Amino acid sequence: MTGAGNSALLSIRHLRKEYRPGQPVLKDISLDIDARGLTAIIGPSGTGKSTLIRCINRLVDPTAGEMLFEGRDLAKLAGAELRAARRRIGMVFQEYNLVERLSVIENVLTGRLGYVPAWRAFLRKFPAADVARAFDLIDAVGLDESFATRRADKLSGGQRQRVGIARALMQAPALILADEPTSSLDPKTSVEIMELMAKMGAERGVPIIVNIHNVELARRYASRIIGMTGGEVVYDGPPEGLADAHLKHIYGGEEFL
Amino acid sequence: MSAHARPAAFPTNWTSRIAWIGLALYAVYATSILELTFARFVTGLDNGGKFLARMFPPNMQADKLELITSGIMESLQIAVLATFFGILLSLPLGLMAARNLSPGWLAWSSRGLIAVLRSFHPVIVSILFVKAVGFGALAGILALIVSTMGFVSKLFAEVVEEMNPKQVEAVRATGANFWNVLAMAVFPQVMARFIGLSVYQFDSNIRNSTMVGIVGGGGIGAPLFTAYQRFDYDVVLTILIIIIAIIMVAELVSGRIRRVFQ
Repeated sequence: MTGAGNSALLSIRHLRKEYRPGQPVLKDISLDIDARGLTAIIGPSGTGKSTLIRCINRLVDPTAGEMLFEGRDLAKLAGAELRAARRRIGMVFQEYNLVERLSVIENVLTGRLGYVPAWRAFLRKFPAADVARAFDLIDAVGLDESFATRRADKLSGGQRQRVGIARALMQAPALILADEPTSSLDPKTSVEIMELMAKMGAERGVPIIVNIHNVELARRYASRIIGMTGGEVVYDGPPEGLADAHLKHIYGGEEFL
Repeated sequence: MSAHARPAAFPTNWTSRIAWIGLALYAVYATSILELTFARFVTGLDNGGKFLARMFPPNMQADKLELITSGIMESLQIAVLATFFGILLSLPLGLMAARNLSPGWLAWSSRGLIAVLRSFHPVIVSILFVKAVGFGALAGILALIVSTMGFVSKLFAEVVEEMNPKQVEAVRATGANFWNVLAMAVFPQVMARFIGLSVYQFDSNIRNSTMVGIVGGGGIGAPLFTAYQRFDYDVVLTILIIIIAIIMVAELVSGRIRRVFQ
């Protein structure tokens, strides 16, 4: 935990990101993320939701600001320290980003690569406890054991995303980031995936930050909604408090309501 | 008719049109310089016919066959060893030359090395190695290692550069270090193509290993060349038939191997 009276798991302070100098995608974002619950970030495309999430695990380097996580400023980490912090943060991607030519269980086991020496990875000699846990997780995300040795490119979108969630959980993370996890899925599967993420997060006490386009899904599964527009947070509160006026502000216009 | 003129759907590409015209003009010019005439071609056909006639029947005497067999065996050994060591060295060189994995200085110096390896035909490289390490199979092996590295590492680097960065990013996001990313995100994506390239190169190494002997690099090349010079065209035919048979078998086998690793 971080210092004096701050019980947040992740404290983002004055985060700023410019891909091109003078054109900030994120303008001075400050947020505290608690150690529990599902936080949904909503907002129009191109408003910096993905950039925000990717700054947290440093797939994107922020221009300025700090991100305190487990006593360290993620913005300042490099090398081995950055990898150690990444091990604690799982990530679920819009297009699943599984290694297509690997089997399901190999993909799940990549969640342990922060802990396993390279020779074990090359020879696929993962510790037996990790393999057992990978099987458990494949089961827990709703795929049965017969999926374990199937190649990832043989799965449907929903099945792939389940593997993506298992991979993130395999890290035994303190935080899970999900970047548009349902945007490539059909409506029914989207609900199933959100349901699964909320359930897994609650059962295992892992907080989740999820970028999502679908406001209804956000309302249904999130305990907190952050509305962003133009690189700024314009709503931060419980789903019940999110009114049409907020959505109008966030998305600019009302035709969609 | 619409009020304004639409842009041409298929605009003329003047650069490519001029390039084609230039190529055609140069071909005509070069033909005239080199005195390529149809009459010479016809005379050549006649000579070729006589030459082919003198090849038959192939020479199957036991002592000749023994000589040919040992030469062929040496050629195969050259091909196998050169392929093995060549692809072993191409793997790291190709990774180092891939601009999406290596820092700039390393990628560019590796590309420079590959360009040097590719500059010369295997026969010319063989001549260099024969001068350096003396006559025999070692010179041939070293020469074919050079050409294997030139081909495999260049194309392998391109395969690595074309891999899907999202899969790599996802594995990197788990906190994996470089070697673990290599093991679980890079290799799974590129190994099938690497094996394909290696098998293809094994094919060419078999062909090339019959040739390095002409300049003293070992293998069947030397007996073949001697037979030509001594006008033993029936021996030449025997050797050619065996080479063709081997290459056809290699083609079949490499096709199978490639399919297994798809």
